[in-house]
Amino acid sequence: MKQIYLDHAATTQLDETVLKKMMPYIRDYYGNPSSIYTIGRDSKKAIEEARDIVASCFNCKNSEIYFTSCGTESDNWAIKGVCAFNKNKGKHIITSNIEHHAVLDTFLYMKKQGYEITVVPVEKNGIIDPLKIEKEIRKDTILISVMFANNEIGTIQPIAEIGTIARKNNIIFHTDAVQAAGMIPIDVKKMNIDLMSISAHKFYGPKGVGALYIRRGIMIDNLFHGGGQERTRRAATENISGIVGLAEALKLSLENMDYNNNHIKKIRDAVKRGIEQKIPYIIYNGDSSQRLVNNINFCFRFIEGEALILMLDFKGISASSGSACTSGSLDPSHVLLALGLPHEIAHGSLRLTFGRDSSMEDVDYIIDSIAQVVDRLRQMSPLYETFVKEQG
Amino acid sequence: MYSNKVMDHFSNPRNVGELADANAVGEVGNAKCGDIMKIYMKIEDNIIKNVSFKTFGCGAAIATSSMATELVKGKSIEDALSLTNKAVMEALDGLPPVKVHCSVLAEEAIKAAINNYKKSIGEQVTEDEYTCNSCCHNKKCE
Repeated sequence: MKQIYLDHAATTQLDETVLKKMMPYIRDYYGNPSSIYTIGRDSKKAIEEARDIVASCFNCKNSEIYFTSCGTESDNWAIKGVCAFNKNKGKHIITSNIEHHAVLDTFLYMKKQGYEITVVPVEKNGIIDPLKIEKEIRKDTILISVMFANNEIGTIQPIAEIGTIARKNNIIFHTDAVQAAGMIPIDVKKMNIDLMSISAHKFYGPKGVGALYIRRGIMIDNLFHGGGQERTRRAATENISGIVGLAEALKLSLENMDYNNNHIKKIRDAVKRGIEQKIPYIIYNGDSSQRLVNNINFCFRFIEGEALILMLDFKGISASSGSACTSGSLDPSHVLLALGLPHEIAHGSLRLTFGRDSSMEDVDYIIDSIAQVVDRLRQMSPLYETFVKEQG
Repeated sequence: MYSNKVMDHFSNPRNVGELADANAVGEVGNAKCGDIMKIYMKIEDNIIKNVSFKTFGCGAAIATSSMATELVKGKSIEDALSLTNKAVMEALDGLPPVKVHCSVLAEEAIKAAINNYKKSIGEQVTEDEYTCNSCCHNKKCE
C-alpha cells in the first residue's frame, strides 16, 4: 500500500544531498575537533564552516551559534541558563500557554526552583497579543519566551513585536523556532531575538542535532559542564556529521523556501477545502492566514482522535492528533484547550502537516480517506446518534 | 502498543450499531474524558439473546466494547454481571496501562444495561456509581 506521510511537524525525512554531505564525517573524518593534529583540524573546519552557514541563514555572527543535541536541549539551556545567571536580578519569567512542552515543562521546573512564572493566554485564533505580554512585565522579569510558530496549529506569533517590547524593557527574549526555521525567513537582528532554538530534523536534516542562537553579550549559565567545546559554553565532543547535516539542510531549506512553500501551500489548501466541503460538524483550529503553510488542524465532532489516526494508518496515511489518548495523558492537547475548545471536541482533533514530498496527486485520496474514516467512527459514536436524534 | 487482538477488534468491531428491539440499554463514561460506551441488549428469559454497542473513544475503547459484547452474547444475565474488566483485558491479550480504564468502562457498560433492564421489569438493583475511575482523578470529568 502506498504510504502518505502527513506528519512533517513531527519529523521529516533526511534529504539525500544532506546525507551525502554528512557521510564523510560519519567515518572518514573521525578526528576529534578538539585535537590539534591534521585529522582533528579537518573536523574542526567542518564545524566552523557549518557555523558560518547557520549564522548567514539567520543574519547573525558565527560566534553567536552554538550547536546542541536537539531543540529540547536548546530550550532547556536557554531558559535554565537565563534563570540561573540572572537570579540576583529577578526571578520572574513569562511565556505563552501554547508552548511546546520543552518550554512549558521547563518553566514548571523553574517554578519548583523558586521562580515566578506567568503564562499568558493566546487569543481564540491561537495568536498571542503582544500587549498582554507587555502588561505582565515587572521590575524583576528576566525572561520572555514565546514560540515562533506553533507545532500543533501552525500559528505564527508576532515575534518581532514581542522582541521590540522585550528589548525596550531590557528583558531577555527567547523564541523556540523549531517549527519555523527553514519555513519562514528569520532575521534575529531585525526581530530583536536574544536566544533562539532550532532542530535539524524538522527541516530535512538529521535527528539528534540542534542549535541555540545566543546574541553577543547575552550571558547565560551553562547546561553542560566539561570540555572547552563551543567556546566553553556547551561541553561535549561535537556531533560533527550532525552539525554538517544541520547546516546543509538549513541552507537548502532557505534556498528553496519560496518554491517549497508554494508547492506545499497548494496541496494544503486543496485538502483543507475538500475536508470543509465533504465533512460536516468540523472546527478549524488556529488562525487561517497567520499560519505555517504546511499545517491543517481540524476537530471532528463526535469522534476521538486516536481512533481516527489508527484508521487513517490502515489507509496508509500517517497523521497526528492532540487527543489525550495519543499523548498518553488524560487531557487533550493544552494547545487546543488554550483556544477555548471544550474537552470533548478537543479529543477529536486531527493535525496534517504537509511537506515538500507531498503530492497533489494524493489530495483526493487523502480527503476521501478522512471522510470515510470520520463517517465510520461517527456511525459508531453514541454522541453522534444523540446529536442526529436531537436534530430530528 | 496494542496487541493483535485489540487491533483486530478495533478494525473489525463485532456487534457494532444500535439494536432496534433492545430492551436493555446502558451508557457509561464521559465525553469530557474522551470515552462513552453505550450497550444495547435484547434480553429474553434471562438470556442475552442479542447485544450491540456504540462507542465514542480511542482504539482500546472500541476494542473493549467489541470484546465485551462478544463475551456476554448468549449468556445469562447473572453470568454477564460477573464479567470483570480483567476478563475483557485477558480476552484481548492485554491493554497498555493507560488504557486499562477502557476495560473498566466496558464492564460498567454491561452492568449498566442489565441493571436498567432489571429496573424496567421492577426488580431491585444495587445501585453502583458508574464513573470513569482512572480519568476522574483530575476532577475535570464532573
